[in-house]
Amino acid sequence: MAEPLLQVDDLAVHFLVGSALKGGIRTLKAVDGVRLDVKPGECLGLVGESGCGKSTLALSIMGLVPPTRGRISLGGREISNQDRMERARQVQMVFQDPYASLNPRQTVRRTLADPLSLHGVTSRTERDHRVMDMLTKVGLRPDHADRYPHEFSGGQRQRIGIARALILQPRLVICDEPVSALDVSIRAQIINLLLELKDEMGLAYILISHDLGVVEHVSDRVAVMYLGRIVEQGSWQEIFEDPRHPYTRALIAAIPDPFHRADARVARAKAHGEIASALNPPPGCHFNPRCPMKAERCLVEAPTLEPVADGHRAACHFRDSTG
Amino acid sequence: MSAPLLEVDDLHITLQSDGKVFNAAEQVSFRIGRGEAFGLVGESGCGKSITALAVMGLLRRPLAVGRGRIVLDGEEIQHASAARWRELRGSRVGMIFQEPMTALNPLSPVGRQIAEMFVLHQNASWSEAMDRAEDALRQVQVPSPERRIKDYPHQLSGGMRQRVMIAIALACQPALLIADEPTTALDVTVQAEIIDLMTGLCAAKGTAILMISHDLGLVANMCRRVAVMYAGRIVESQPAEAIFATPRHPYTRGLVDSLPRLGERAKRGRQRLREIAGVVPSITAFPAGCRFNPRCPEATDTCRSTAPQVTRLPDGFVRCHHHG
Repeated sequence: MAEPLLQVDDLAVHFLVGSALKGGIRTLKAVDGVRLDVKPGECLGLVGESGCGKSTLALSIMGLVPPTRGRISLGGREISNQDRMERARQVQMVFQDPYASLNPRQTVRRTLADPLSLHGVTSRTERDHRVMDMLTKVGLRPDHADRYPHEFSGGQRQRIGIARALILQPRLVICDEPVSALDVSIRAQIINLLLELKDEMGLAYILISHDLGVVEHVSDRVAVMYLGRIVEQGSWQEIFEDPRHPYTRALIAAIPDPFHRADARVARAKAHGEIASALNPPPGCHFNPRCPMKAERCLVEAPTLEPVADGHRAACHFRDSTG
Repeated sequence: MSAPLLEVDDLHITLQSDGKVFNAAEQVSFRIGRGEAFGLVGESGCGKSITALAVMGLLRRPLAVGRGRIVLDGEEIQHASAARWRELRGSRVGMIFQEPMTALNPLSPVGRQIAEMFVLHQNASWSEAMDRAEDALRQVQVPSPERRIKDYPHQLSGGMRQRVMIAIALACQPALLIADEPTTALDVTVQAEIIDLMTGLCAAKGTAILMISHDLGLVANMCRRVAVMYAGRIVESQPAEAIFATPRHPYTRGLVDSLPRLGERAKRGRQRLREIAGVVPSITAFPAGCRFNPRCPEATDTCRSTAPQVTRLPDGFVRCHHHG
């Protein structure tokens, strides 16, 4: 088995919020004991709703948020021992909103060439060559290089965002909701592009998305997060065809179903109520207030991530009953 | 067929910009029966939201209603007076918007905002109206409504705020509820609950729904009939099942094919997604002829020069030269 490219071990990111004068300081556990790994060339889908900690997890892998506890290592070395430049050559990020994440006052050429000069590509011809090469790879034309972001459509801007992430030839790219800000008819173009580039450049992805259709299509493995913890993890088939955590089932049941493929089992799986605050998560299993399978035990004892099958793990006391 | 509740007939919406006049929406026609859920689907800028605003009498400059008629319950309302619109809105037509935080008054407790509906439209006293507001909150399944009526919008979660919006919109039992992307700002599991709540309440009260969304799957799931808009025109209108099973317009077909559908990969392995080439045109530069022609794989010279007329289908219509 290939050595993992990224290893996250017992990662916790806690924030202190509030003030000592007004109601006291409280701890927000944005990420609370997460363990995962990504192998070279693999796509890990990361699913969860707002506030579940998926973006905080991404930021700490990028080295932008220091962990409270735990370890993150990239290519076998812990990231706290690597400097920013070294990290930037290994992991890059594609953001959700291509309107907000590009500098409006820089041409595409500068956006793409600056990282190269920072990372020691001193020859101008080589920089130009690599910029042109990258533009072609993401489906833009060489003459686009001297334009500004406002001259492009949303889909083209996301292509620029992808080009910027790939220009240093990283091994891991974190895609945070890469298509949700785009028009529906443009999304397929970007999804196809991401898959092509993955094969062509041997990239590993962490794909953060709430769109389960996209996650199923792109991912090799999937992790489902709820209130700072991973509640289920497995191959895409295991997660989508044999989900064991009631939250995973609720996510799948929540997808509108124009073909009425749903049977009674899916209807029962819907979650009720709203996501609890991460400041004040319920005791025991965090999902218990919304869970259709809740029992006494779930109120007191937090389930840990236990194996269901090889590589498929779920954090539910009833992971072996199919509901 | 009995008279429809809402009939939009050949509606044009104009946009004034730099001294020029553009048609932001044109030849928009659809009917909604009493108690029927009807969906209007399209991408940003296709004209679906301004169509909804026109039906609510909320178009403001630079937008205005041009040609065409909007008939609600036998009454032509496209040029109704401001006073008549105030009577209609809330009592006959309710509306839910995408972002409840910007639609609610941040300085007024939510109970008061619901109660206002009874005071304005049904001459209720404030104390009676507050009691009824509490009932309305209970109906939209807000926990402990007796306490929640005193809360301000910022004290509620996104899902709870949208429930309050539904309570306001349905307070006076309107005949029509217009929902413009009501769940786009919400998490998926909350979205499912809000949609169930909205459709359930409307079905119980016989309220018709005009559902506006970019999400074809969501709309097809909750509506009986669906119209697809592209660049200001309705390109296809069919029963919800037919939109997915036998889409007739190349744009609709493109949309249906381009979305990764849950369960597909397990059945057929990973197929490359079918792309729709090109980009959505802007209002000021709609192409001549069929507006989809620059992106259409089947476009011919006719498509580039002549705008297609509507071709009737057994239960709907399509606007395409090649798919009549």
